[in-house]
Amino acid sequence: MIEVDVEALGVRALNERLHRLPPDTNERLWKITNPKGAHALAAGLDRPLTIEIEGHVGYYCGGMNKQAEITIRGHAGPGLAENIMSGVIRVTGNASQSAAASGRGGLVVIDGDASSRCGISMKGVDIVVGGCVGHMSAFMAQAGHLVVCGNAGAHLGDSIYEAVIYVGGDVESLGSDCIEKPMTDVHRSKLEQLLASAGLRARAERFRRFGSARQLYNFKVDHAAQY
Amino acid sequence: MPRSIKAKPAAPAAAANPAGHREHASFPPLVIAEIQRAAREGIYDIRGLGAKRRLPSFDDLIFLGASISRYPLEGYRERCATNVTIGARYAKKPIELKIPITIAGMSFGSLSANAKEALGRAASEMGTSTTTGDGGMTKEERRASKILVYQVLPSRYGHDPDHMRSCEAIEVVVGQGAKPGGGGMLLGLKVTERVAGMRTLPVGIDQRSACRHPDWTGPDDLEIKIAELREVTDWEKPIYVKVGATRVKYDVALAVKAGADAVVVDGMQGGTGATQDVFIEHVGIPTLPAVRQAVEALQELDMHRKVQLIVSGGIRTGADVAKALALGADAVSIGTAALMALNCNAPIFLEDYARLGTAPGYCHHCQTGRCPVGVTTQDRELEARLDPELAARRVRNYLSTMVLEAQTLARACGKSHLHNLEPEDLTALTVEAAAMAKVPLAGTDWVPGRGGA
Amino acid sequence: MCGIVGLFLKKTALEPFLGKHLSAMLDALSDRGPDSAGFAIYRNPAPRGSVKLTLFHPEPDFGWDHLAREMSEEIGSEVRGEARGSHFVLTAAMPVETARHWLSRHRPGVRIMGVGDCIELYKEKGNPRDVVRRFGLDKLAGSHALGHTRMATESAVTTQHSHPFSTGLDLCLVHNGSLSNHNRMRQWLSRHGIEFQTDNDTEVAAGYFTHLLGEGATLEQALKSGISDLDGFYTFAIGTKDGFAVVRDPIACKPAVLAETDDWVAMASEYRAIAHLPGADQSRIWEPSPATVYSWKKH
Repeated sequence: MIEVDVEALGVRALNERLHRLPPDTNERLWKITNPKGAHALAAGLDRPLTIEIEGHVGYYCGGMNKQAEITIRGHAGPGLAENIMSGVIRVTGNASQSAAASGRGGLVVIDGDASSRCGISMKGVDIVVGGCVGHMSAFMAQAGHLVVCGNAGAHLGDSIYEAVIYVGGDVESLGSDCIEKPMTDVHRSKLEQLLASAGLRARAERFRRFGSARQLYNFKVDHAAQY
Repeated sequence: MPRSIKAKPAAPAAAANPAGHREHASFPPLVIAEIQRAAREGIYDIRGLGAKRRLPSFDDLIFLGASISRYPLEGYRERCATNVTIGARYAKKPIELKIPITIAGMSFGSLSANAKEALGRAASEMGTSTTTGDGGMTKEERRASKILVYQVLPSRYGHDPDHMRSCEAIEVVVGQGAKPGGGGMLLGLKVTERVAGMRTLPVGIDQRSACRHPDWTGPDDLEIKIAELREVTDWEKPIYVKVGATRVKYDVALAVKAGADAVVVDGMQGGTGATQDVFIEHVGIPTLPAVRQAVEALQELDMHRKVQLIVSGGIRTGADVAKALALGADAVSIGTAALMALNCNAPIFLEDYARLGTAPGYCHHCQTGRCPVGVTTQDRELEARLDPELAARRVRNYLSTMVLEAQTLARACGKSHLHNLEPEDLTALTVEAAAMAKVPLAGTDWVPGRGGA
Repeated sequence: MCGIVGLFLKKTALEPFLGKHLSAMLDALSDRGPDSAGFAIYRNPAPRGSVKLTLFHPEPDFGWDHLAREMSEEIGSEVRGEARGSHFVLTAAMPVETARHWLSRHRPGVRIMGVGDCIELYKEKGNPRDVVRRFGLDKLAGSHALGHTRMATESAVTTQHSHPFSTGLDLCLVHNGSLSNHNRMRQWLSRHGIEFQTDNDTEVAAGYFTHLLGEGATLEQALKSGISDLDGFYTFAIGTKDGFAVVRDPIACKPAVLAETDDWVAMASEYRAIAHLPGADQSRIWEPSPATVYSWKKH
């Protein structure tokens, strides 16, 4: 385990060191202390590393992540794991807005709450939230899964494409073209798999499924009010 | 399922009135046709290209040239250099361009793969850059283009850190001249399997796009985003910020404060593959005042030439290039003009233009995906009409011509480098152009708003 | 666009360190606001019957002591003052209007930055680190304070355009974001007697709240009305004599972080500004919900 005090070393030096590791590196376990809200920590990684960050991080932690497994023991600022390609990023606390924005793969787990716009523009990432999500979550969500064990804020799934949303608690309101859909065995099974991969306990039976009504897929005059 | 493209009835010719009927300036035939189209279809008109209406432009400025007091340079023998460096402010690897004309961002999806490849090849031969677009990078473009600028857009379609790291520069797109404040648009017929796959969309749907970035809003948060992009790419690459021309002075200042290496300002003549006509014609200011405002903003921050300014929106000839540089731009970017060099609106395949309800010289139907010359289409048959090698040669020739034209004008003004052109080499033919460019009206000292006779 | 910070101390034992902590908070946000900075600090309550005014004049070595003496002699009341950088905190034993009236007659070039029992309001052009140093913020004690670092969006970089804007007695406003209907709002407010010095959008918001409070609204009511009347993107922090309030617009794109311990409540645009406060690591941290008024008061 390599321990780094990022307050002393600096974000640039740390990121550079992580980026420079050879693909077959054996320096795979890292512990980062004193993040103190720093931005872009561990952004742009492309190695099978396991990184623990002790404390709260700022914006874009783990942005554009590939392969790495990052655990933040604290809260995360806006844009956590934005555009994640693969790997796993976990926050034990809460995440600010736009968590996993435009994520294309991998898994993002938020044990606490996510703020507004969780999963905005998601393109294949799986997101599992132990708590609640804020308004405009899964806005324009194209692909992937968003699991919310708690409640979802207003306008959930506004303008959603093919992403699938599972909510265990209440939904304040649904966005344009987002509707409730029946839960089948296939969906329950997928949901259980996602909860298991996130290491979260929850009963799949109490979840509801939401997705696109697909009425906005082609411009129609009658839907002009939805725009 | 792709929709069928109905031939639109051709709008009545604007000037044809041989019988001498009394014309209605507020409701001419074109306006009546549009009202009746809206009454039939119930939705706004969507089209490609940029503002078609007449605007104050570089055509309203002329160069003063040599005289008894100012001596010209001999063509060919006496050098007029054309190179420009972009991005020395922060990037470890600034970009060296041999000519101050780049190819603007246009998406694969909006353009065919052959078109992107042709543009890449031509740019590489001329020592300049191309730019990806709203949909991500194709391997054809990366292979063909030696200097590739990677766009980061509100939609983040196809956004891939490996692609970004493989490019030479990054361009954060806040907006574009055709639709400042609007997001991307691609209609169903062009959302083919390949395009849909890159963008993670269902095949054949009409693509809706966000108009704001998903993970930042405002210059204060843009600064943090730019820092993240630098972290992901280890501070190697210049970062451009692109805006559609609206509040240009504020925007350029804010882009500088947010940490940009270069700013791209796109005037209202700037084109698009598809957007609402009402957006194209009624939002954004012309390129002419935008250049001057952008340069002023940089000068006020003492950042002129330290943060590079790239200007686009209706750049057509070497004269436009020279005038933009004279006003203070470091380089220009071409979009629509590059497509025209590829064959956009060329007088060939006339029946296909007619089927779209248009004719060469008037076509703006990029959004249909039925481009008669294979430039803005995803249809295999139509795309085959554009041979990448021949098309690359056309674009290369066109770029060469523009550079030679610009050098001719610069030499006539006694400049050994295009960058030594200055506003004082220009004078204006109209009051509007004088006011917008802050260049005196020809034969006077008068700049409207500044006094003098 | 900008950074905003607020710090409210629950324990008087921490009051000597208020300025030091606020300085560090402003420093952390100087990247997102390099053009100018300002802060309002609530301290040294004026004696009963007196009022505090923070004054500014651009001239270095302005005759502040002379001003204080002259005012005292002419009105026949005690007037004392303390200079800090380009600003001067005047404590005058007289009604507010008497002080204002005298100043506008005898020193029309002096600008009044803030007025009240406790508030002192300092703001200036320049990098936040320099601004904070010039006013000696890190030595100041007080009960609560708000601060702002500015990246000018649509109006000029001048002292007047800097935040906080003072909206009334012991009231001030800092803003991160950009309003979109402030020009018509400014005209309407002007017709209702509010005076504006600048074309700045935040000044309009400050004027709006002043107007509503003047019409008898409570702070909560005024902020709630603001949510529907003020268009655009904003996180507002408002300082009052006894505490502060935070509100975000319904779309809530601009950031805001709140943190609380037994000793303090802090607000900032980025957690980085809060991270160094004592006990920050263990604090309760949350994000204010959109279109919701949050407020804290001394008991």
